[in-house]
Amino acid sequence: MSPKVISRLALGAYLLIFFGYLLGPLVVMSLTAFNSSGFPSVSPWACFTFEWFDVLFKDQRILNGIKNSIIIGIGTVIVSIAIGLSAALVLTQVWPKLRTTYYTIIIAPILIPGVVLGISTIVFWDRVSRLLGPSTDALFHNGIFLTILGQSTFIASYAMLIFVARLARFDPGLTEAALDLGATHTQAFRKILLPFMRPAIASAAVLAFLASFENYNTTTFTFGNYPTLTIELAQKVRYGINPSISSLAFIIVVLTVFGALAFEAYRRNTGNKERAKEGKAAPKSGGILPGFLRGNPAAVVLVLLCFTVITAVGTAQSYSPEQCKMDVRAAKQLEIDLRIEALEEKRRLRELGKTHEGPDIFGTPEVESEDKAPSSSGAFGDVFKDLEQGD
Amino acid sequence: MGAGVTVNLENVWIKFGDFVAVREANVNIKGGDFFSFLGPSGCGKTTILRAVSGFLDPSEGRVLIGGKDMAGIGPNKRPTALIFQNLALFPLMKIWENITFSMEVAGASAGDRRKRADELLDMIALSGQGDKFPSELSGGQKQRVAIARALCAEPDVLLLDEPLSALDLKLRQHMRTELREIQQRVGISFIYITHDQGEALTMSDSVAVMRAGIIDQIAGGHEIYDHPATPFVASFVGENNVFRGKLQSVNGNEAVIRTNRSGDLLAQITPTAVGKMKAGDDAMMFVRPEALALGEASPDSKTTISANVLNEEFEGNSYSVFLEGDGGKQIKMSLPNLGQDRESSKGSSLALHYDASTAVVMPAGELASE
Ligand SMILES: Nc1ncnc2c1ncn2[C@@H]1O[C@H](COP(=O)(O)OP(=O)(O)OP(=O)(O)O)[C@@H](O)[C@H]1O
Ligand SMILES: [Mg+2]
Repeated sequence: MSPKVISRLALGAYLLIFFGYLLGPLVVMSLTAFNSSGFPSVSPWACFTFEWFDVLFKDQRILNGIKNSIIIGIGTVIVSIAIGLSAALVLTQVWPKLRTTYYTIIIAPILIPGVVLGISTIVFWDRVSRLLGPSTDALFHNGIFLTILGQSTFIASYAMLIFVARLARFDPGLTEAALDLGATHTQAFRKILLPFMRPAIASAAVLAFLASFENYNTTTFTFGNYPTLTIELAQKVRYGINPSISSLAFIIVVLTVFGALAFEAYRRNTGNKERAKEGKAAPKSGGILPGFLRGNPAAVVLVLLCFTVITAVGTAQSYSPEQCKMDVRAAKQLEIDLRIEALEEKRRLRELGKTHEGPDIFGTPEVESEDKAPSSSGAFGDVFKDLEQGD
Repeated sequence: MGAGVTVNLENVWIKFGDFVAVREANVNIKGGDFFSFLGPSGCGKTTILRAVSGFLDPSEGRVLIGGKDMAGIGPNKRPTALIFQNLALFPLMKIWENITFSMEVAGASAGDRRKRADELLDMIALSGQGDKFPSELSGGQKQRVAIARALCAEPDVLLLDEPLSALDLKLRQHMRTELREIQQRVGISFIYITHDQGEALTMSDSVAVMRAGIIDQIAGGHEIYDHPATPFVASFVGENNVFRGKLQSVNGNEAVIRTNRSGDLLAQITPTAVGKMKAGDDAMMFVRPEALALGEASPDSKTTISANVLNEEFEGNSYSVFLEGDGGKQIKMSLPNLGQDRESSKGSSLALHYDASTAVVMPAGELASE
């Protein structure tokens, strides 16, 4: 083997391990969502089932948590984008001289632990509410209000970083050109700067929503009567979890893949169109494919994924693992029976030995230990584990 | 289109902190004129234009457009339209939307805008390209779109900030004629900025030559070329041979300058310095390469220069001959290429003759750096 081949193999192995490490937990977790076993597990595999999705969609607390998370996520997106955009504008356009000072102040919330932000949010708004009198109590102690503001303190900073990066590429001459052509400052902002910022606003919105959705540290202090999904999940873990959480994770993974593919497909599609405009032929991958799929593997995968999801949901309606479950239950019963039989057999043997050999008391422990060894690690050993887990 | 409107700068100073970018500018531009500011990079041309279009206020002095003081009037309220040095087309708008942006912000309907855009696209010979984006056009086409966009705003004064600098030579020459045609058609005042003297001379009715914030001369192209007011203008506009010395004698509008190497030389005093120069003053004399001709050596003549040939370059329609001049400076002369084989005169000494009316003398001063 030449060194080249070896290094290539090593690289391949490294990539395998790397991606295994990265994606392995997600894959395992997704699989547990389809195992009928009552605890999230892959082995032993009991039955393929969709029941945990049912359980998930019937769990009022999870559903309520999702609802709260979405409301708070949307609120956080709006507040963070507004604050982040204005901060970025001030930073780049209004006070370019105070830039570094201002930058440090704005960026600080990212460096401060979320726990501190959470505590300071409730303390601060509690003070404000006392200052303004009891009529404002309902608002300033409202979980949704506090959580949105608490999360926005640092998510707005992330949004601002995205905006500053985009603004750095903005040509202020364009605003001047608009003014020169008679636009008011508002018109110049709306018609020139805002359209330019649109892609950055879109990515900041996605980022802000995700950051809000997955936030725990800050939210745990501010949620009040409106627990978010992360709060609900954390509370659930205390009482023991079941695979419906895996099914939730699976749905989120699928949605993420979906979103990523859709974005990629869109990007490729526009890219291909531009290339076509420039007179270069769009790459042809399949003659039978409709135009928007051509030269766009992401779109192809996206369409396939849609089919898969639709079929899966379709079969889930009719598919019933009852038979399999019964089989598993029967198999378990059988194993238990066998186990009991074996124990009884042993006892009988022992009694027999006692009566037959009488005074030979040293022989019995040996027989017992020989008998026990296979039962703990052999074919029957797992039955007990399963039984424990099944409860 | 708005009729030609006058633009006046009255004693305008523009300062950035302690730095003076424009010093005491007094400019009167007639309505319908094609007026150019010519000067090297960083001399304050863009700064003047920004003061006219309203992006910055003069530190001192007044800007008047159509006789009206523009102080406190923002760029969106002035009857000017600026074509930016980098064009500043809106990249996310189609060409027709770019062109009619001024109508859009004024509230015109899409139908009207489309119609006007088509007219203007016809005018700039880009019919049918209105639905493209700026990134899909060539440099010259973008140029024309920028002009159409500015004209669509129906300004009284069109300001152009080196709009041709990004183009290659051929296209630049083509656009020069086109710009001049457009200006004559619409009949509004053009204020044009360039550091290319050829551009300024071919297109303008009047040229202001600037040096480091100071306007040295305002005059027509011929006047600037033939009678430069300062050594800077003489050396910046076109090619010129400089001879330094002290004035020997002054006689009306003629003077004799005593040079180190070339002896006494006769020249006309530039009109702005007539009556202000006397014998003994430090002076500079300028003769253009094309005003020099081969002549007879005669030590007494005050219009003959003898010098050794250092080098010779063939330039197609002419030869450039470089001779040893004063203080390390070379004297350049150009000889027409008349077709016959010329013998190289390299190494020999030549006598150069000029007509006294083609040489100008003026008080010594700063030269344009090469
Ligand atoms: N906003 C500003 N702050 C400080 N100095 C400035 C500013 N704008 C321009 N200057 C200075 O003023 C001088 C003139 O600048 P200006 O842009 O008018 O030059 P210009 O003649 O247009 O040059 P070019 O041909 O390179 O475009 C330059 O030295 C420049 O550094
Ligand atoms: Mg400039």
